[in-house]
Amino acid sequence: MSTIERSDAPHEIVDPVFSDVPKAANTNASRFTAAAANYIDERTSISAVVKEFGRKIFPDHWSFMLGEVALYSFVVILLTGTFLTFFFQASMAPVTYSGPFVPLKGVEMSSAMDSALKISFEVRGGLLVRQIHHWAALLFIASIGLHMLRIFFTGAFRKPRELNWTIGFLLFILALAEGFTGYSLPDDLLSGNGLRIIDGMVKGVPFVGTWISYLIFGGEFPGEQIVGRLYTLHILLLPAILVAMIALHLVFVVVHKHTQYAGPGKTNQNVIGYPVLPVYAAKAGGFFFIVFGVIALIASFFTINPIWNYGPYDPSPVSAGTQPDWYIGFADGALRLIPPGLESVIWGHTYSWNILIPIVVLGLFIATVALYPLVEGWVTGDKREHHILDRPRNAPTRTAIGAAGVTFYAALWAAASSDLIATHFELSIEAVIHAIQATAILGPIIAYFIAKRVCLALQKKDREIALHGFESGRIVRLPGGEYIEVHQQVDEYERWRLVTFNEYKPLMIRPNAKGKITGTQRLRARMSRWFFEDRIAPITKSDVARQTHDHH
Amino acid sequence: MAHDDSSGKDIAATSSGLDAGAGTAVVPASAHAEADGGLAVITTDGFENPGHPPTRPRVTDIDPKKARHAQRAVYTLFYISIAGSIFALAAYMAFPINDDLNSVRLNTVFLGIGITLALFGIGLGAVHWAKSLMSEEEGEDIRHPVRGTDETRLRAVQIFDEANKESGFGRRTLIRNSLIGALVAFPLPAVILFRGLAPEYSNPAALLETTMWKTGTRLTLDPSGLPVKAADVTIGSAFHIIPEGLNDQPDRLEQKAKAAVLLMRINPADLNVSPGRETWNYDGIVAYSKICTHVGCPVALFEQQTHHLLCPCHQSTFDVNNECQVIFGPAKRPLPQLPITVDSEGYLVAQSDFTEPVGPSFWERS
Repeated sequence: MSTIERSDAPHEIVDPVFSDVPKAANTNASRFTAAAANYIDERTSISAVVKEFGRKIFPDHWSFMLGEVALYSFVVILLTGTFLTFFFQASMAPVTYSGPFVPLKGVEMSSAMDSALKISFEVRGGLLVRQIHHWAALLFIASIGLHMLRIFFTGAFRKPRELNWTIGFLLFILALAEGFTGYSLPDDLLSGNGLRIIDGMVKGVPFVGTWISYLIFGGEFPGEQIVGRLYTLHILLLPAILVAMIALHLVFVVVHKHTQYAGPGKTNQNVIGYPVLPVYAAKAGGFFFIVFGVIALIASFFTINPIWNYGPYDPSPVSAGTQPDWYIGFADGALRLIPPGLESVIWGHTYSWNILIPIVVLGLFIATVALYPLVEGWVTGDKREHHILDRPRNAPTRTAIGAAGVTFYAALWAAASSDLIATHFELSIEAVIHAIQATAILGPIIAYFIAKRVCLALQKKDREIALHGFESGRIVRLPGGEYIEVHQQVDEYERWRLVTFNEYKPLMIRPNAKGKITGTQRLRARMSRWFFEDRIAPITKSDVARQTHDHH
Repeated sequence: MAHDDSSGKDIAATSSGLDAGAGTAVVPASAHAEADGGLAVITTDGFENPGHPPTRPRVTDIDPKKARHAQRAVYTLFYISIAGSIFALAAYMAFPINDDLNSVRLNTVFLGIGITLALFGIGLGAVHWAKSLMSEEEGEDIRHPVRGTDETRLRAVQIFDEANKESGFGRRTLIRNSLIGALVAFPLPAVILFRGLAPEYSNPAALLETTMWKTGTRLTLDPSGLPVKAADVTIGSAFHIIPEGLNDQPDRLEQKAKAAVLLMRINPADLNVSPGRETWNYDGIVAYSKICTHVGCPVALFEQQTHHLLCPCHQSTFDVNNECQVIFGPAKRPLPQLPITVDSEGYLVAQSDFTEPVGPSFWERS
């Protein structure tokens, strides 16, 4: 903040406080408010913050609420998680259960499991808070995922927001890590099996796997360390990074100002919407309570993670049809889809391809997600700032790539329930796995082409409507006996929404200054052909002029 | 940070900035004048932005009765919220938790209903207030390029320049390089500290090679620890087995994670026994490691009809008739077989430990 602003402040703020306000409403309450505001401002310069942000404009759209849902469910997680820490014992020291849940009476379990059962059955409201915490966590990750899809399909990741996409991506990964560490804390049978799978995967890593597993578990699996260590990650390290990243994420939202959909009056140089005070504060603040309310309602009526049914962790028993939390499904599914026999011993060392291939495939998949904005930016070469969102149909190749990615994810996710699909629909597990294997490979390709064709068709429809208007349903008989359906032109506001989008053309390869065509240029040309060869141009004024000319 | 010079300005008062195309740079505004559109097609005869459409008044703007109605709805919702909070407090006291587990359900549901009402009341009230009664006038902020102005950037470069001159960071290379070296070296002790995460002086690979089974260790039931007589194992039955004395071990779970065994009796005619393993089963009673060779889940599902073992985690399927070879799923190696026999009292005992490491594959395994 500059010194000029600061020296201005007393004139702007103090004077009204002492002169205008008492005249306007000379009540005790307003005098107190004025005095308190003055006291704070003279010590914090907060009036400048109010001036800067108080009437800041946020555009309105339902899809912008997905990120809000993520933020608010995170707040709910922090609040309920803090409450849970007051009761939870992150220790694997064995104790004998003596609580009110009869089937587990006398069973040896870890303190972690014992205290999680105490929270559930002996603390008033404990089960409710535990279930709010778990449901909020599920909603947190789901809303981050949907928010990312919204950003992707509307092109909100384009310049200047590429880095914020990366931050958001890291938030997604952190959320997954938070979910998994939290899921593992109660040390019940299900979470213990989850850790066993992690242990097996880590051991499959060449060179260091055995040692990494040994260090993680503090000795042989399962050891007596892992719950305490995951607890430190879950309540200290990961939340600290999450909070810092969320803060950075939101700072960038302020720096860039929010994107908006194309519409009349909206340009790349403005933001149209409601001011923070009062409308946005009321709507967004109210929405926090609605999100919290929905989670509380679900948690009141629907059990989540009934650890008392699973019992304490023991490496030997397991029940059929167990499922991890939904967000781990895609990783678990990847492990299931690997064909048999992929493991080899070369020069006395074991290479577990059945573990390495899923890890690498998943790694490539999420790396593509993380780096997509850079790739598209490089292909288009567009260095302009983009604040107007694309309608997904107006970027057909991007939308098709997104559809392919979603299909791939969905196939892996379905694979995590392959046994349930098999038992539920009375199919053989082999048939289910083979069908999903085929879906994981062919599904994205089919989805790509369908999505691209649908986008182009929708674009054509938009073009048609912008040019000829829409069918009014009114049939008119002309003097010559010909019947026509009268088309009604859309108004200029609607037309503007239909015709404003970016159009790109494939790169024309030209030799550079040295007279050479480089390999990178060839690649970019090929990529740009892939992206932009099939395209529908937005209509222009001359298109309309030609159209009216043809008609009359 | 971009500063808003027109925060909250009403649309009606603004007419500038509306003629630029939505990202198509039809008329490049000053902010984007020099930015390169790359492969973007720049049209010159695109449509003009018609500007913000006129706001349509809401019923609450026109009809004072509706406005009063909305006002009543908003404060009623806030009162419902207060009632919900009080209800939750009352539920906390009215539905205590005792040894009857049904009390947990009542406590959860009624406390939850109260809290939900309290939250929904505030949330719906605030949103309804904003949507029906607060000013519907939309505002406009003007964007500024995220890039700093040339002046600012020049000054930033100057500052680094001056700092460089004043410190000699670029000139005194010996100081600079030694500092970089020191900064690289100083976190190394922090890395080595993490060796302490696991016990020292032991080799994890060696620990994975052996289990609790020894020559003569009795096969006992999991979890009771009662020994099993060969005569008790009828054809088609399966038992979850742990080594005798496992429950008294201080590292019970670690040992169990390696030593858990599944015991089955198959008609000896169905078993295909490979050379060298003829003596490993006792009259069709076979014992196999229960720890999946994929990632270590317990392979606990025995299909009596087909003699298949199924891992519930990733559906690796092992054929007991064929020494637990993998017939489906991601696992590669068969489940290791525990050689068994009977002792003088007729109890099943191990002939030795497993002849290979059990559980998931690891690097040092061969």
